[in-house]
Amino acid sequence: MSFENFGVVSFTTETKASDFVNYLEKGKVMATRCRRCGTNYFPPRMDCPKCVGSDVEWFEIKGNGRLVTYTVVNYGPTGFEEDAPYTLAIADFDGVRVFGRLSKSLKESDIEPGMGVKVLPAKLPGGRIGYEFQKV
Amino acid sequence: MQDVAIVGVGQSIFSRKCGVSIGELCFEAYTEAMEGLDITNSDIDASIICSAPEYDKQRSPAGLISEYLRLTPKPSFYVETVCSSSSTGLRVGWSLIKAGLHRVVAVIGFQKMSDLSSREAAERMSRGGDIIWESPFGITMPAGYAMYARAHMAKYGTTEEQLAKIRVKNSHYGAMNYKATYRKELSLDEILDSEVITSPLKKFDCCANADGASCIIIAGGDVAKRVTNLPIWIVGLGAATDTMTMSGRESLTGLRCAQEAGRQAYEMAGVGPGDIDVAEVHDCFTIAELMAYEDLGFAKPGKGTELVDSKETYVDGKKPVNVDGGLLSKGHPIGATGGSQIRTIVNQLRGQAGEIQVQGAEIGLVHNIGGVGQYGNVTILRR
Repeated sequence: MSFENFGVVSFTTETKASDFVNYLEKGKVMATRCRRCGTNYFPPRMDCPKCVGSDVEWFEIKGNGRLVTYTVVNYGPTGFEEDAPYTLAIADFDGVRVFGRLSKSLKESDIEPGMGVKVLPAKLPGGRIGYEFQKV
Repeated sequence: MQDVAIVGVGQSIFSRKCGVSIGELCFEAYTEAMEGLDITNSDIDASIICSAPEYDKQRSPAGLISEYLRLTPKPSFYVETVCSSSSTGLRVGWSLIKAGLHRVVAVIGFQKMSDLSSREAAERMSRGGDIIWESPFGITMPAGYAMYARAHMAKYGTTEEQLAKIRVKNSHYGAMNYKATYRKELSLDEILDSEVITSPLKKFDCCANADGASCIIIAGGDVAKRVTNLPIWIVGLGAATDTMTMSGRESLTGLRCAQEAGRQAYEMAGVGPGDIDVAEVHDCFTIAELMAYEDLGFAKPGKGTELVDSKETYVDGKKPVNVDGGLLSKGHPIGATGGSQIRTIVNQLRGQAGEIQVQGAEIGLVHNIGGVGQYGNVTILRR
C-alpha cells in the first residue's frame, strides 16, 4: 500500500518516503533522521537539505507529546464535505512537530492546548489509512 | 543608483462578482493610476502582472493584460506569491528600475475569483497546503490561521471578543470606502454571534473572496519628479518566507516571515516601528491583524490586544491600521490586494485620503502576506 490510500483524500502519490504508509500499516508513525548531521524530519523526507545528502534513517514517534494548537473545521473543502466537522491539530514530540487530526471521539470541551497526546495510525473509511492524536 | 518612487496608484471597485473581463478589470485600476500623470502608455517600459494562477481561467494572463492596456511591445511577465503577489511585483519592479534596466514600470495585480464556481474554489482551497502530507487531512486557509488564533489565545489569554473588535474597527472604516465589497458596519454582538467556520474563527473573523484589480506605477527619481509633484518614495523593502507545512513552523503565535520582512524593511529605511504614522496590514482574518501588530513591533508579543482594547489603531489613535477597512471589508482578490494596500498608504502620504486621512502622515507601512504566512512582504513608503 502506498500514498494513494493516505488520508481522507490523496492528491499525489509519488514520494521517496512512501514507506511511511507501510509503517502505518504495521502500527507505527515514523519520522526520519539524517545519519550525517542528525537533523530530524517530520513530515519524513529522504533528502537532507541541511547537509545536502540523502543518507537518512526512519525512527518511530513514540511516547507522549504535547498538543500545541487545534481547530475544529466545520466546513471542509472538496472531498471533505461529509467528513466535517473534524479537528486539525499540531503536537510536539520532543521537538518533532507533527500535523494531523485529533480523534473524532474527543469533544471540543475536552481539548486544550498543552494537554498530553499520543499519535497512532488510524483506519479510515474506504480502506484508507492515516494517523490521529489521542488524549492521554 | 537613483531612488525609486511610486507615481501613480489605482484600484478597481472590489466586489463579489465584477461582471467584466480581467482586461477590463485591470483597465479600471490602470485608469486611476494614470490620472494626472504626465506620461502615456508608451512611457511605461515594462509591466509586471501579479495574480494567483490557480484562480485564473486565462492561461498566461500577462499577455492578455499587456495587450488590453496597450503596453505591447514592451516586456511583460507574471509574478506570484499567492496573496502577496502584487507587493512581490513592486519589489521586482523596484529592482528593475534600480538596476537601470527600465525607467517606468507598471505593477498590475488582479484576481477574478467569481470565474470559479464555489465548488471549484473549494477544490483549490483543498490544495493550499502541502498536498502529500497536510492536504489529505483537510486543511484550509482559515484552519491554518485558526490554529494560530488558538495558540495565541492559549499563550496570551487573547479572547474572541478582542478579535471581534478588530472587525468592528475595520467594518467601521469599510463603510466609508466606496471601493469595498462590504460597506456595512458590524456590531460586536453580530460578529460574536456569527457561525463558527473553523474554531475559534467565525464568519465575520474571515475576509471573503472577491474580484478586483490594482495598479501601481513606479519610476526612477528623475522621471518621478518630472511626471508628478507628489512622488512617494519606496524607502524600505523586506521579503521573507516560512515553511509550507504547518508542522514546520517554529512559532504558532506570530508569523516569522512577517517578523523577518519587517526587520529588513526597517533596517533599509532607517526607521523603527515608532516612526510609522499609518499602516496597512494583511487582515485576511482578525487574528492576522493582531499578529501583525506584534510581528511589526507596534506592540510587544502578546500585547497587541492592548492596542485593540484602547482603540489606538483607529484614525485618531497612536498607530492607525487598516483605516480603509482592510481585507475584511474590501474583500480579498488575491493578486490585487497588495497593490490596494499600497494605494491606500500612498493616498495617505499624499494627504489625499479624505475622511480617513491621518493628519500629517509622512511614513507609512504595508504588510502583505501570502498563504498562511508562507510569504511575507513589508514595504515602507515616505512622502
